[in-house]
Amino acid sequence: MTTAFIILLLPLVAAASNLLLLRKKANFSAFVSTFSAAICLVLTFGLIRQDDLNNLGSFNWIKIADLKLDIGIELHGLGLGMILVVTLIGFLVHLFSLGYMREDAGKARYFSGLSLFMFSMTGIVFADNLAMMFIFWELVGVSSYLLIGHWYHKNTAAEAAKKAFLVNRIGDFGFMIGILLIWGSFGSVNFVEIEGSLRNGNGNYDKGLLNWSVFCIFCGAIGKSAQVPLHVWLPDAMEGPTPVSALIHAATMVAAGVFMLTKVLFLIEVAPTAASVIQYVGAITALIAALMATQQNDIKKILAYSTLSQLGYMIMAVGFAGLLSGGEVLGEKASNAGFFHLYTHAFFKALLFLGSGAIIYACHHEQNIWKMGGLIGRMKVTSFTFLIATAALAGIYPLSGFYSKDAIMTIAANKPLLLVIGSFVAFLTAFYMTRLCVVVFFGRARSWSSEEAKEVPLLMLVPLLVLTIGAIFAGQTFAYSWFVPSKDIPHPEGVVLPLILTAIAVAGIIAGFFLYRGRDQEPYPVQVLSRKFYLDEIYIILVRIFQDAVAWVAKQIDRLLIDGLLVRGVARLVTEIGSVLRGMQSGNLQGYAFLFGVGVILVLYIINAAIG
Amino acid sequence: MPTLNEYLLMGGLLFVIGLCGVMIRSNIIVILMSLEMMLSAANLTLVAFWRFGGGEGLPADSYNAQVMVFFVITVAAAEVAVGLAIIVALFRSRQTVDVEELRSMKG
Repeated sequence: MTTAFIILLLPLVAAASNLLLLRKKANFSAFVSTFSAAICLVLTFGLIRQDDLNNLGSFNWIKIADLKLDIGIELHGLGLGMILVVTLIGFLVHLFSLGYMREDAGKARYFSGLSLFMFSMTGIVFADNLAMMFIFWELVGVSSYLLIGHWYHKNTAAEAAKKAFLVNRIGDFGFMIGILLIWGSFGSVNFVEIEGSLRNGNGNYDKGLLNWSVFCIFCGAIGKSAQVPLHVWLPDAMEGPTPVSALIHAATMVAAGVFMLTKVLFLIEVAPTAASVIQYVGAITALIAALMATQQNDIKKILAYSTLSQLGYMIMAVGFAGLLSGGEVLGEKASNAGFFHLYTHAFFKALLFLGSGAIIYACHHEQNIWKMGGLIGRMKVTSFTFLIATAALAGIYPLSGFYSKDAIMTIAANKPLLLVIGSFVAFLTAFYMTRLCVVVFFGRARSWSSEEAKEVPLLMLVPLLVLTIGAIFAGQTFAYSWFVPSKDIPHPEGVVLPLILTAIAVAGIIAGFFLYRGRDQEPYPVQVLSRKFYLDEIYIILVRIFQDAVAWVAKQIDRLLIDGLLVRGVARLVTEIGSVLRGMQSGNLQGYAFLFGVGVILVLYIINAAIG
Repeated sequence: MPTLNEYLLMGGLLFVIGLCGVMIRSNIIVILMSLEMMLSAANLTLVAFWRFGGGEGLPADSYNAQVMVFFVITVAAAEVAVGLAIIVALFRSRQTVDVEELRSMKG
């Protein structure tokens, strides 16, 4: 049993014991989960400092003819950073949850869900082949479903959980097809083996098919990382408890799509068509999510759209891996930039979500920003951390977001259109975050819940402060090289682009500040944006049209063929034969005698004829 | 002295009369009597075949046919005993011996 396997399985053990043994002992189960997360964090520190990361353990799971599926662990490069982000943020969120969920009735269920998620997410990071990754991919989907629907008695939460699961299924279906295509082309699902046969050129693959398989795999990322057009589940997923939003729907699970793309980087490099699809999907997501974020009123929804938009950035950056630039594909440069943003984003977005959780907790579960206000005086520490995170997200020098956003823009500069979109999104990001902060922290309190808001307990402040340190310093070389030892930090070269981007961010902040200062309600309502481009409505109509057609056909088949012919037809046949035969049962003694006699004669005749 | 044909004719006549009685009459006691008549017809035929079974107007060597007749008489006696008992029980419960009225088996 290697350390890696312990890190993988410990949360599973915690989840199982919480769910099976400790249902009634909520406090103890919370402790078990948090403790397992802490141990995983410590073990991870040890693991990534190991010199030899080549043999972390692997065993054969299924072998059917040519198909060989392993459960194995592969950890190098960006995976090191990812596993550290997962365990670190995971632990902090566990800690925060101890405070946030203190009085929740379903505490044991909640913490077993968190542990199950930690197990699944670790599995994704560790996976050394696509099939194993897919298994854990589905498992994070399940745990996300369980946690979004934690307050299942609330109809909206139950619906949101269902929506998240179903929408993810669509993407996962593409992912599965992609895996099968890869297996068909290369005869293996193992990352190292696929890369090997690709490099040697002895893989019997077709260029067009490869593009399709990369696109199909990317469908998995579209679902999990909530890219357009499957982004609709993420804002609804905010129905879950806020720490869950921080962990799953901001820092780790939704970033799994990006991470998965960095794992199949060698495929994207040779599939330029699919790569440009990836870039544009990312850019469009970044743009429309940022637009939608400017008009939301729910504090968590704003952050959710912001997450979508930042994920779009990352996806776009990774997509550039397949772009030829100066006779060479961008490859690792692009994926490093994407991952760099994933890593800094994990800190400041988790911080923003936990901060919003603290605000919601303090405001008696009020989530509408127009009912808050003036919180900076009443929640000093929380406000301070939140503002730092906002500045980081907006890309203010020298906070972490500045470096990662600039790294992405440096990559995006290879395509002017995407650079323009990206810069505009940067402006919008600064704008809507300033709007949020101005409305929530400044001005007057707009309801009793914000008047009575008090600073949250220390247990919840500690994770905020730790994450603040991350949000400030994560972009520095010493921090990044500690998380991802083997890769160079993708800091931008030159000063022109960073200066322009800073100017854009500052412009956004100024615009947001002056437009929303002293307002008590949305001064510039834009229906199209606040209704999210009517996408949900369009989907409902599409689903209805399609589903109604299928339902009609199914109904006709059911009514006419199944019911009419098979079920009732058989019954009618039996009835008809019965009513004919009933005539023979006359109840007349002599009639029976006669029939008996005729029968005897017939039998004798037949026997006679048979004997011949 | 009557010939075999005359015996057979007599047997056939008795059988048909019995059959008609069974098929047509509605009194169940008469039906039972008609059944007895049919059995007697069969007995008569058997005995007749024995009597002329040896050829040239002589009886047959074996007594198989006579044994058969005794069996039939025995079975008939048992059948009448059982049948009459059933009829008595039927009459007690239904107050009738008319088969036209005993139609509870009609489907």
